[in-house]
Amino acid sequence: MARAATVRHLLKEVPFFVTKEMKKILLTFLAVTMLLTLAVGIVGCSPQPRLRVATTTSLYDTGLWSYLEPMFEEQYGVELDIICAGTGIALEYGRRGDVDVITIHSRSREEQFVAEGYGVERVPFAYNYFLIVGPADDPAGIQGMTPEDAFQTLMETQSGKLVSRGDDSGTHGKERAIWAAAGYDYETVTASGNWYIEAGRGMGPTLLMANEEQAYTLTDMGTFLSYTGKLELVPIVEEGDILLNVYSVIATNPQMHTEANFEMASNLINFLTSEEIQKIIGAYGVEQYGMQLFTPGAGVEPTG
Amino acid sequence: MTEIWSGFVRAIELIISLDPEVMEIAGKSLMISVTSTLLASLICLPLASLIHFNRFVGKRLLINFIQTLYSLPTVVVGLFVFVFFSRAGPLGGLDIMFTPTLMVIGQVFLILPILLGLIISALGGVDRPLIDTAFSLGASSFQAAVIILREARYAVVAAIIMGFSRAISEVGLAIMVGGNIKGFTRVLTTAISLETSKGELELSIALGIILLAIALIVNLALNRLQQR
Repeated sequence: MARAATVRHLLKEVPFFVTKEMKKILLTFLAVTMLLTLAVGIVGCSPQPRLRVATTTSLYDTGLWSYLEPMFEEQYGVELDIICAGTGIALEYGRRGDVDVITIHSRSREEQFVAEGYGVERVPFAYNYFLIVGPADDPAGIQGMTPEDAFQTLMETQSGKLVSRGDDSGTHGKERAIWAAAGYDYETVTASGNWYIEAGRGMGPTLLMANEEQAYTLTDMGTFLSYTGKLELVPIVEEGDILLNVYSVIATNPQMHTEANFEMASNLINFLTSEEIQKIIGAYGVEQYGMQLFTPGAGVEPTG
Repeated sequence: MTEIWSGFVRAIELIISLDPEVMEIAGKSLMISVTSTLLASLICLPLASLIHFNRFVGKRLLINFIQTLYSLPTVVVGLFVFVFFSRAGPLGGLDIMFTPTLMVIGQVFLILPILLGLIISALGGVDRPLIDTAFSLGASSFQAAVIILREARYAVVAAIIMGFSRAISEVGLAIMVGGNIKGFTRVLTTAISLETSKGELELSIALGIILLAIALIVNLALNRLQQR
C-alpha cells in the first residue's frame, strides 16, 4: 500500500516533462537534424560526373590504377572513383549496380557474370603470370616443378607452409584451379593441417604474412614485384600454362545505370584498350622493377 | 621497433610540411566525424531526455537494449547501411553509395546507442531536489531542461567525446560504405589500413599519430565547453 502511494505520488510529480513544450523542443531538434543532413547531402554531392570502378586488389596495389586515373579523368572530364576490392565483392558491387565498371581476373566467374546479364561484355586488356613464391631455402624442394606437382608435393610431405588468400578472390580461384588440376578436392586440402594457412586478406597482406611465416604463396607477378624490398621471398615456381592471369574490364548492369554512366563506362573500356594506353600499361613499372608488370592484352587473349 | 620512431618523425614532417594529400585526408576525417557526432548529439539530447524523464513499461529493458548496441561491430553497421543504400536496396534511389554523405549517416547510426545510453546515465546523475527547486521557482519545462543539461554537462560532454572517438577511429564502416576512394571518401583510418596492407608501416604509424593529434584538439575544445 505504502509503495503504491509512493508511486502515485511520483507519478503526480513527474509528468512535468511530458508537456507540449517538450514535444515542441523534440520536433525542433528533429527538424534541425533533418535540415543538417540535407545540407550535408547537398555539399557531399559534387556536380561533376562520377564513374565508379571496382577493381581487384592487384591492379590497385601495384599502383597501376592510380597511374592511369588522372589520364582518364583529364581526357573525359569525369571524376573516377576507384574502389579496391577482391574479385568476389567487386562482382557483388557490380551485381547490385553500385559500380559502373569492374576490372577483375577470374575468367569463369566473369563469363558467368556476363551470362547472368549483370555484365555487358568481358573485355580482356592485360595479362601477366602467377607464380609461387617462397623462402629462398625452399624447404619442400619444389623449385622447378610444375605448379600442379609443387602443390602435390606440399600436400603429401607438408614440409613447408602455404598461405592461401582464402578470400574468394581471383587469385584464390586460381589456387583452387591448381588444386583441382593436381587432383585434389579443395575441402581436403583446407582440412589437412596447420601447414595450410587461410589469410582471408588481399594480395599484399598475404605476401607480408607469407614472409613472416617463411611460407609459400601463390601471387600475381605485378603485386610481387611492387613489394620488392619488403619481402625476403623469392620466386620458386614460374613455369606452367595454368599460371596465366588475364585481367578484363566489364561494364555492369546497364539497366541499373543512367545512359551517361553507361556511355562513360564504354569510354573507360575504349580507353583501356586503346593503343596508347596499352603501350603505357606495358611500360608501367619497367623502369622501377626492371621487368614488365603487365603485358598489354587487348583483343588477344593468350591461352597459356 | 625502429618503425615507430621513424613513423613519429614522419608524422611531424607531414604536419610541418602540410602535405596536401595528408591534410585533405585528415580534414575529411575530421569533417565526417564532427558532422556525425553533431547530428547524433542533436538527436540524442532530446531523445535521452524523453526516455529519462518519462515512466513507461519496458524502460529498463529499452535501456539494456541500447547498452547492448554499444558492442555493435562497425562492419555490421556498415553492412546494414550498405544493404539499405546500395542501388539494389530500398534506398538505392538516393544514389549516395560510396560518398562522404553515406559515411556520415552510417556513423550517426554507429554512435547513436553510445551517445543515447551515456546521456541517459548523465541525466540520471542530476540531483532530484535541484529539479524540484527549479519547478517550484516557476521554471518552464524548457528552462528546467536547460538547467538540468547545465548540471549534467560534464557527463554529457564525456558522452559526446566518447561518440566522437568511436566515429573518428572506426574503419569497418568507412571502407564498407565509403569505399576508400582516393580524394573522395578516403579518411585517416582507411588510409592507414591501405598503407599497412601495402607494407608502408612508417607512413601508417605517422597517419595514426596525426589521427591522435586531431582527437586531442577536439578533446581540448570539448573540455572548454565542459568548463563553462
